[in-house]
Amino acid sequence: MQVSREQLLHIANLSRLNLKEEEIDNYLENLQEILTFAEKVNSAPVDGLGETIGANNKYNAFRKDEVVAFDDIEALLQNAPSEEFGMFKIPKVIQ
Amino acid sequence: MNITELTVHELQEKIASKELTVSEIVKAYSDRIDEKEKDINAFVTILTDDAIAKAKKIDEKINNGQAISGFEGIPIGIKDNMCTKGIKTTCSSKMLENFVAPYDATVIENLNKEGLISLGKLNMDEFAMGSSTENSAIKKTRNPWNLNTVPGGSSGGSAAAVAANMVPWALGSDTGGSIRQPASLCGVVGLKPTYGLVSRYGLVAYASSLDQIGPITKDVYDNAMLLNLITGHDPKDSTSMDLPKPDYTKALKNDVKGLKIAVPKEFFAEGLNPEVKAKLEEAMDKYRSLGAIVEEVSLDISEYSLATYYIISCAEASSNLGRFDGIRYGYRSENGETLRDIYFNSRSEGFGPEVKRRIILGTYVLSSGYYDAYYKKAQQARTLITNEFDKVFKDYDVILAPTSPTVAFEFNSKSSPLEMYLADIYTVPVNVAGLPGISIPCGVDKSGMPVGMQLIGNKFQEETILNAAYTYEQATNFRANFKPEFKK
Repeated sequence: MQVSREQLLHIANLSRLNLKEEEIDNYLENLQEILTFAEKVNSAPVDGLGETIGANNKYNAFRKDEVVAFDDIEALLQNAPSEEFGMFKIPKVIQ
Repeated sequence: MNITELTVHELQEKIASKELTVSEIVKAYSDRIDEKEKDINAFVTILTDDAIAKAKKIDEKINNGQAISGFEGIPIGIKDNMCTKGIKTTCSSKMLENFVAPYDATVIENLNKEGLISLGKLNMDEFAMGSSTENSAIKKTRNPWNLNTVPGGSSGGSAAAVAANMVPWALGSDTGGSIRQPASLCGVVGLKPTYGLVSRYGLVAYASSLDQIGPITKDVYDNAMLLNLITGHDPKDSTSMDLPKPDYTKALKNDVKGLKIAVPKEFFAEGLNPEVKAKLEEAMDKYRSLGAIVEEVSLDISEYSLATYYIISCAEASSNLGRFDGIRYGYRSENGETLRDIYFNSRSEGFGPEVKRRIILGTYVLSSGYYDAYYKKAQQARTLITNEFDKVFKDYDVILAPTSPTVAFEFNSKSSPLEMYLADIYTVPVNVAGLPGISIPCGVDKSGMPVGMQLIGNKFQEETILNAAYTYEQATNFRANFKPEFKK
């Protein structure tokens, strides 16, 4: 499997990751090696088989849509990297 | 009496007979952690001061003649990817280095209800991605049997702490072998339950369709007891099953007469260390002598199941880890001006190299043009793997296999990520098919390092594999014959 530098940078962008120059070479090499291995999945005789979407056969689990209040705002906000007036603070989005 | 060498069922007897107080037990563990942590590095957060205070309260209750429940005052260690209210949950990542969960995971709630006392949070590969705990951003955990080797992973802190008697038992999580493989490398007992048996609510997600929480213990009896404490339907995890809750200790009959054990020949082919193979063959003979029927079968899935596993787990990880954006919790980079800068820089600086590698791989296999070739194929292969296991379980009760191709390996000894992934070749098929699997020690190699045997059961047949493991353990008594030596 040949992955180009451009492809890797495109994927990194989709993943919201910046890659340093030395990381690019390293990840290119790893990705190629891993994807070549991952192609073994094509040797599996899967013609006509459905896709498994979960490890058990429970396709849907229904429950009542009930609101449960979570009041411990302090516990939530103590993890905020930046907060003000009891709210999460981020840089200005609209110029 | 060396308190920290006792199993939990032995501790319970000593508390009940008033031979030991809860404070004496917790103090013994606190001292043991003080003594061994510098060598083992198992803990991310140590809670022994808090544990000593809790123990004192329970002893007061006992002294006042109040009844206590069977697990009140029993210490435990928790892998650091299970949310604990008011206590840091780091996933051994810079991303969550200061994250304090605002709620308890369901398994933690269950333990708290029973009155267990946490000794601390245990080290792991970052976000549970790895097979050696070398991917922890916090510290390198060492294997108590030989400090120059890894404890396995990703629940390496949990397995090493149990093996080193720094906790009597621990919770781990297993996505592709992360309970069984470190249990194997550290000479302890580790069980990955059937997918859906244990609630995942509050377990920081790596690959949601594969993750399960399970017990890591000194012996099989303890394992069954800890499983009893964590199973059950949870409305907060829609994949948890609503099934009757058996008492797993009742399944331990010390009898395998007539039990049909399948040995898949493909799991014993090239790539398996000959000494590991020899120990497993001895174990098969032991089972035969105990009256089990052990037969070779074909289960030709190991090669593509590893590929299937890495495609599915990385795809799910790339989606699950999208939540780490530096906004509401977790690491936020100080570099950059815009919201976009925060996303990119926080993720690039907060995640370690293996996590980034898996996010990239997962994003790739889900991306336009590659989805059908990789992800869709892997989902179909998953059906095939499940079907192949089903065929074996039509005729057999248990599958016997190696847990890991080798004993514990040295630090930095794997030359590439792919080589590390191959360490999981015998454990990942079990997660892909959602089956239960247990690893128990079955001897040591020439260098004195423990070898693990994996027993795989059909879905929700934990009782069958626990009994098979227990019967073998009673007949061989690994713990009486071998102990970690903290070799330097």
